[in-house]
Amino acid sequence: MVLSNEDLQSQVEALLGANILHSEINFDILSIEVAADKIHSIIAQLQKDEKLRFEFLTILGGVHYPEQINREFAVVYHVHSWKHKIRLRLKAFLPLSNPSIDSITDLYPCANWMERETYDFYGISFNNHPDLRRILNEDSMDYFPLRKEYALEDATREDKDDRFFGRF
Amino acid sequence: MSKEKEKVSNSATEFYNSKETIDGDIATINFGPTHPATHGIFQNILKVDGEKIISSEQTVGYIHRAFEKLAERRPYNQITPITDRLNYCSSPINNLGWHMTVEKLIQAEIPKRVDYMRVIIMELARIADHLICDSVVGVDTGALTSFFYPFQEREKIYELYEEICGARLTTNIGRIGGFERDFTPAFHTKLKSFLKTFPKAFSEWDSMLARNRIFMDRTRGTGPISPERALAYGFTGPNLRAAGVDYDVRVMHPYSSYEDFDFIIPVGVNGDTYDRFMVRQEEIRQSIRIIEQAYGNLPEGNYKADVPDFYLPDKADVYNNMEALIYHFKIVMGEMEIPSGEIYHSVEGGNGELGYYLISDGGRTPYRLQFRRPCFIYYQAYPEMITGQTISDAVITLSSMNVIAGELDA
Repeated sequence: MVLSNEDLQSQVEALLGANILHSEINFDILSIEVAADKIHSIIAQLQKDEKLRFEFLTILGGVHYPEQINREFAVVYHVHSWKHKIRLRLKAFLPLSNPSIDSITDLYPCANWMERETYDFYGISFNNHPDLRRILNEDSMDYFPLRKEYALEDATREDKDDRFFGRF
Repeated sequence: MSKEKEKVSNSATEFYNSKETIDGDIATINFGPTHPATHGIFQNILKVDGEKIISSEQTVGYIHRAFEKLAERRPYNQITPITDRLNYCSSPINNLGWHMTVEKLIQAEIPKRVDYMRVIIMELARIADHLICDSVVGVDTGALTSFFYPFQEREKIYELYEEICGARLTTNIGRIGGFERDFTPAFHTKLKSFLKTFPKAFSEWDSMLARNRIFMDRTRGTGPISPERALAYGFTGPNLRAAGVDYDVRVMHPYSSYEDFDFIIPVGVNGDTYDRFMVRQEEIRQSIRIIEQAYGNLPEGNYKADVPDFYLPDKADVYNNMEALIYHFKIVMGEMEIPSGEIYHSVEGGNGELGYYLISDGGRTPYRLQFRRPCFIYYQAYPEMITGQTISDAVITLSSMNVIAGELDA
């Protein structure tokens, strides 16, 4: 059975109730925001729900919003219900002072490396993760490269002023 | 005996002594990072008892090139060359998948002809990808001949790419909104002759391995995975289908008019190396079917959509027409106007669901672009699949999983 995004929205709202802080349909995917400290139980609920059956974790990753005070980081989950041929996006925001969230590796084993990658690039730590260490970058690196404060190009160069190239 | 010689002979004794004690004990060996059998830069530290693997530990990231960071500094049309370098065995799928993602964001209306042209190219890329993977499985089981025949056919596919975009491996094919030019007469001739000669050459090669007793003995039961574990590990693509789950993005969320074509999704039973090989072989046949349908019914129409903000105008117009000059300048300088929003779009890549999660804040570059790289996700299952198997089984399991280093490490 194929669900529409509107049907999904009402079903998810019925299931999660007040746990949904915000929900909107962005292009073709329903996107809901939930509290970071409840993420594990919410995803478990969506996964185990007989009707919805979000049994496949498509991707998991981080986003950095330096301007949003106390909501600097977002962890974004895309789950997929093959029964209903529909995807759902979950977002949980974290403060820069304590970027940590529960791991969902016990629910979806494939989250293991995706969480490690998010840690590697954003410094978001995942509680109860079996093996949280860097994955693509070298272990001795002392910064988190996908955070917005790290410029891509060498900051000491003076011959490449971005303003002259119409950038930023 | 001089001191030098004594030293050498001591280390030699030590070596043989340790070799003796290995027998019956657990030894640690490095499989990779640069070993010919890994077909890419992967390191696996194997703990072995004789030939049997007890556990393995993976290290990835040797060719990490910070694609996601790079993408945050590049205008939308300059990101296509980055996608080339993900799964470089089927770059056109990555390129066109990215174009479709941007088109979804700008809500461009794409002519049917472009869709069909894309389908032809993407299926050619899938054939090239599977040919390499399956011939490499042959090589790793000891059948080196099986490597040479498919490469003749792959060469023809690369010539077809060349007719469209001028490049062969890292293709940068197409544009946001369509293609830079229509199929050339030479492309039509070459595609027709490919469709005529390929099935025969393919079945000849297929008959060398598919029912070959030695090959079957070597690959059946090697590196198996159950459908439940495959799902838990986020398998997609031929590897998942070999385990018996018929998930295919082309069918579940059709893009680029895939719903118009009639094709079968082959599935395996045991999820072992043989099933993965056979699923890919059948997918090659199905891809040929799709190409025949798409080429036979290629609609009339334009080879590009009407998106002047993103599609470079004709050079002649740039020199003679003020508006075209402005668009040209804006596109080259990366000053196109793009709506803000969040998009997830995925295509069926050579080895699984290739996804693009794009956050646009309306700026000239993506605010965040995350690639769902299928083999990064399913390669996690490798230690579980090879535990209890022999070292030579680990080799063919790795090659049959179609793990591409460029995609794994981004």
